[in-house]
Formats: sequence, structure tokens, C-alpha cells
Amino acid sequence: MASTQESPNGTVIPLPHVLLLRYPAHFSHINYPLPDHLFHLLKPWESPLPLDQFVLAHARSAQAVVTTGGISVHADLMSMMPDLRLIVTTSAGLDHIDLAECRLRGIAIACAGDVYSEVVADLAVGLLLDLWRKVSAANRYVRAGRWARDGDFPLGSKLGSKRVGIVGLGSIGTEVAKRLEAFGCIISYNSRKEKPSVSFPFYTDVLDLASNSDALVICCGLTPETHHMINKEVMTALGKDGVIVNIGRGAIVDEKEMVQLLVSGELGGAGLDVFENEPHFPQELIGLDNVVLSPHCAAFTPESFFNMCQLVVGNLEAFFSNKPLLSPVALEEV
Amino acid sequence: MESIGVLMTCPMSAYLEQELDKRFKLFRFWQFPQRAQFLKENCGSIRAVVGNATVGADAELIDALPKLEIVSSFSVGLDKVDLAKCKEKGVRVTNTPDVLTDDVADLAIGLCLAVLRRICECDRYVRSGKWKKGDYKLTSKFSGKTVGIIGLGRIGTAIAKRAEAFNCPVCYYSRREKPDCQYKYYPSVTELASNCNILVVACPLTEETRHIINREVIDALGPKGVLINIGRGPHVDEPQLVSALLEGRLGGAGLDVFEKEPEVPEELFGLENVVLLPHVGSGTVETRQEMADLVIGNLEAHFLSKPLLTPVV
Repeated sequence: MASTQESPNGTVIPLPHVLLLRYPAHFSHINYPLPDHLFHLLKPWESPLPLDQFVLAHARSAQAVVTTGGISVHADLMSMMPDLRLIVTTSAGLDHIDLAECRLRGIAIACAGDVYSEVVADLAVGLLLDLWRKVSAANRYVRAGRWARDGDFPLGSKLGSKRVGIVGLGSIGTEVAKRLEAFGCIISYNSRKEKPSVSFPFYTDVLDLASNSDALVICCGLTPETHHMINKEVMTALGKDGVIVNIGRGAIVDEKEMVQLLVSGELGGAGLDVFENEPHFPQELIGLDNVVLSPHCAAFTPESFFNMCQLVVGNLEAFFSNKPLLSPVALEEV
Repeated sequence: MESIGVLMTCPMSAYLEQELDKRFKLFRFWQFPQRAQFLKENCGSIRAVVGNATVGADAELIDALPKLEIVSSFSVGLDKVDLAKCKEKGVRVTNTPDVLTDDVADLAIGLCLAVLRRICECDRYVRSGKWKKGDYKLTSKFSGKTVGIIGLGRIGTAIAKRAEAFNCPVCYYSRREKPDCQYKYYPSVTELASNCNILVVACPLTEETRHIINREVIDALGPKGVLINIGRGPHVDEPQLVSALLEGRLGGAGLDVFEKEPEVPEELFGLENVVLLPHVGSGTVETRQEMADLVIGNLEAHFLSKPLLTPVV
């Protein structure tokens, strides 16, 4: 692996050091080459040392770190890297990064931008359609030979005129709203701040949103404020015919309460791509037909992975040429 | 109207049965194993037939009911009603258009998403505990894919509108090109199939459209293409479809209808790129009630000598 490059006038200059916390799955899944020719990539998985010792031994001078959602960039790790100025994450969420520490040290963060918005919105809508039209349950019914044996499958519920409450109207929430409008759903939302350019009704309180919705679609990030925001009260307000779709983070929902309400029939159904303790999920859900489970793969398409790889390389290139990041996180807003 | 005999061909809606019971003398055909005898004994009082997509009113039945005045179908498709025979005998025919358009279009998109994003398979993956061993693989993005629609009528148009919300370019095949239509027209189904990623069958079943999805069309759609059928089973040459899927010559299929319902080719059960539904296109509580109300409304209008609500013949 090259660690230097030749500048236009022939002098040899060292490539910038970039620490990859793990082999980014986005690159390996689609065989997108790592940018070894552009950066000196530090690869802890190639070393027998545990991560923190690897960093102390080889990565102290790294100015940039690339992480996926699965590995935390916490203050301890960051304290080992005095020259750290940029964190690039391939995750849509930011809950694995110590944002306070970044603000303190003036470390910039490049996030996933819009790269996943369409495909995550697609899955959110797919899960909602599945819940209301019982697609997965009906597919199981046919495959078990029950159509011939037991007759017609139970009726589902029409989408048109259903009130859908979007929790978090960011780029993903906006794509979800656009799609659901075409099915005749009536959209409202809750967000940290009302969006003046948006015509959908805004609810300051997620409990009010739930009381006025037939479905909640969770599209917000996980922060201390949103942790367990969807609690027993909110889910009870949604009611026995109400459904939840969660493509945000498991911990936004009080999972234990949700399971109890689903089992008791006080909540009508749930479509879940995320859980509090992945890859584990509450076993009580296995017996339920009004639940659709997904292994945190809303963003997992070749197209979005390709765009993510380009974005990672593009952000690193911009940063090291002193140009604006392609997808910077506005730290004062998150 | 309580002496007017109405023959319901098969179980289709408890609500409809209940409402018909209140107004007419309802005969439930499936409760009489000796059909010929039943018809001989009761044909004098049966003036209406209520059928659906499964059991309609064929020539044999129409001939056996000399007092038949009206066939009111609990469906929009009339492939199970002998329309020519009805015309010949002056029997009126009504169906249930418009009320089910949205449900069927919703389901077509639901099938697109379920197949491309492997939603049912992912659910199975999680429930079986496999997620602990590793992530599921990448699946195909739906947004932005080209959707080809066969039949741009009420349902086809509703499907197109929804696909547009996913930024999907839409193209179509129809018996005749539609003037002032913003979607690209192809003059043959094979050409349409060659130029789209997802092919949706949304036309009526007639003699011309039987097996409109044949080997040639399936080959044109190809190993990355997906077929969605929310029309009628006989639109598709089912054995050809099955072998194409088994051999990987077709990328996937979302099927709500089959040639011989409720029989479904078992060879498809093991395929993860296929979603199989038990003819639930209009299967919501809300829509089935609207359909039933329309059947009742048509029958009442007829027997009160008022204009029919949704006549076809």
C-alpha cells in the first residue's frame, strides 16, 4: 500500500492518514475499492492488536476517522488522536458518535446525507403496506397450503384516508410523506421545530400526534431527547387499531411496553427494522401475525451502498483539499 | 322484494349475505350439493345471480334460470360472466368498478416492494433466528425503477400515480395508445417487457389477453425483471412462469391471482424472490363493504325499475 504520492512538481508528499475503524461493509458488499491510492488507510482489522492499542501504536496522527454505525466514536477513542479533525460515518444515524466531544474539539462530521433517504422511505412504506394489507401473513397463509384448506384469508385495511403521523420530518420523513400521499394517506408530523415551508399539520407533542393518527412512522434520530419517546402513553393513544413503523432506532420506542401492548391487543401492529438490542429481538413477537420484522436493512441496496462509497471518498477528498464537505453535519442543530 | 329469489354463487362476504337476506329470498348455491335438482326446483323464483371473481354466471347457469333478469357481480372483472349470453337473453349485468381501484393499486405497489426488498423473506429471516448469524444480503431498490403497466384503465392509472411518487418512470401497453398521456407507450407487450424493470398486469381478462404473459414476454423481462399480477391468473402462462422462476430466467414475481385458485404451484413455495397472495386485491373491510353496497344498490335499482348504478350490459 502506497503511503506517499508525487505532487505535480515531482516532490514526494505523504498521503493523509485516515483510520478506518472496521472494514466498511458498504465497500466490501459491492466490491468498491478502498481509496488506498488517495489516502494512507490505517486498517486495525489487519492487526492482531485490539483497537485502542492499534490506535496508540499506528493511528495517533490520523486526522480523519471513517466509521460505520456499529462502532462507537466515543471521547476515549478520540482522546488518543490529538490531530483528529474529521469523522466520516456511513450510518444515517449519529447516535454512535460523541457529538458533545466533537463540538468541544471542533471536529467536523460528514454523514450519509441523502444517500439512504429513498431506499429507507421505500422500506417504511413497504412495512406499512404489509401491516395494513397483511402481505407477509397472507404469503405465509398461501405457502402453508391454507388457502385451499381453510378458505379465504381475513380482510385487511384500506390505506386511503388513513392518518399517518411522521415522527421526524427530515429527508427520510419527507420521502415517506411524499410516497404515502399518493396512496391517499393524510399526513401530519412532529419534529423538534415546525417547518414553515411544509403544509402538513404540525403537532408539537408526539402524544397529540399519536392521538390523531392511525399510524406512526418513526423517522427521527436517536438522541437523549428521543430515547423512549414512543412510550406506553403514546402507543396507547395510537390504540388497538393503530400501527407503528420504526425505521429510526430501536431505542426511540420503549420496546418492552410495545411488546406488551401488541400481545394484549392494545396496539394494532408494528413494522420494525430496528430493535433495542440488535440482532436480538423480543421473542414474543414471533407468534404475532400483526407484526413485520426486518433485520435493520432499510438502507441495504447496491445503489445506496455505491452512493455511500462515493460519498465517503468524496468527503475525504474534499476535506484534505480544504474544500467544503459534501455532507457535513450541522453540529449546532443535532 | 322478499319473494324475489337471488342466487349467490359462492361465499364472498358475510355482510353481503346478511344484507341480501334482509331484502330478498337468498339462495346460497354452495349449500346445495345436488345442483341440477336445486336449479330445477327453484329456477321459477330466481331472478338475480350474485357472483364474484371465483364463480360467476356461465352459459349453463344462465340457461338453467329462465327467470333470470340480472347478474350483479361482486367484482370489477367479468371474465366469469358469459356476457354474450346475457346480451342475447336480455339479462342485465353490473360490476363493482371504482370502489376497489385504490385497494388493488395499493396492493400492486405493496407486491413490488415486498418482492424487490424481500420484505416477507426478511421477516422470515428474523423470526427464524438467522439474524444472529449475520446480516441479510442487499436487496433491490424500488424507487426509480421503470414500471411497465399492461392496461392503463382505472387500476393501471392508479398504479402509475403511486409509482410516480417513488420517482419510477412509467410506461404502458394498451389496445390503443391513449392521447394526452404522459407515459411512454409501447405497441406490444414484449417491447414493454424489454423496456421496464417491473411489469404489472392490470388489464381485463378477455380471449385476447389470455396468456398475454407468455414465454416470449417472460424472456424479454429477463433475469432481473419482476412480474406483478393483480389481474387474473389466466393472464399468465403459469407453467412457463414457474419454470422461468425456477431456472432463474425471471428475476422475481408478486402474484395475487392464479390460473386455478385456490391452487398455487407448490414449486414456487421455496423461492425467496416470489410473494404469493390469496387473491386479496380488493380485500379490505372498507372496500368489501362498498362493493357489497354497490351490489345491493344495483339489485334494488333494477327491481324498482330505476337506472342501474354500474351497468356493463
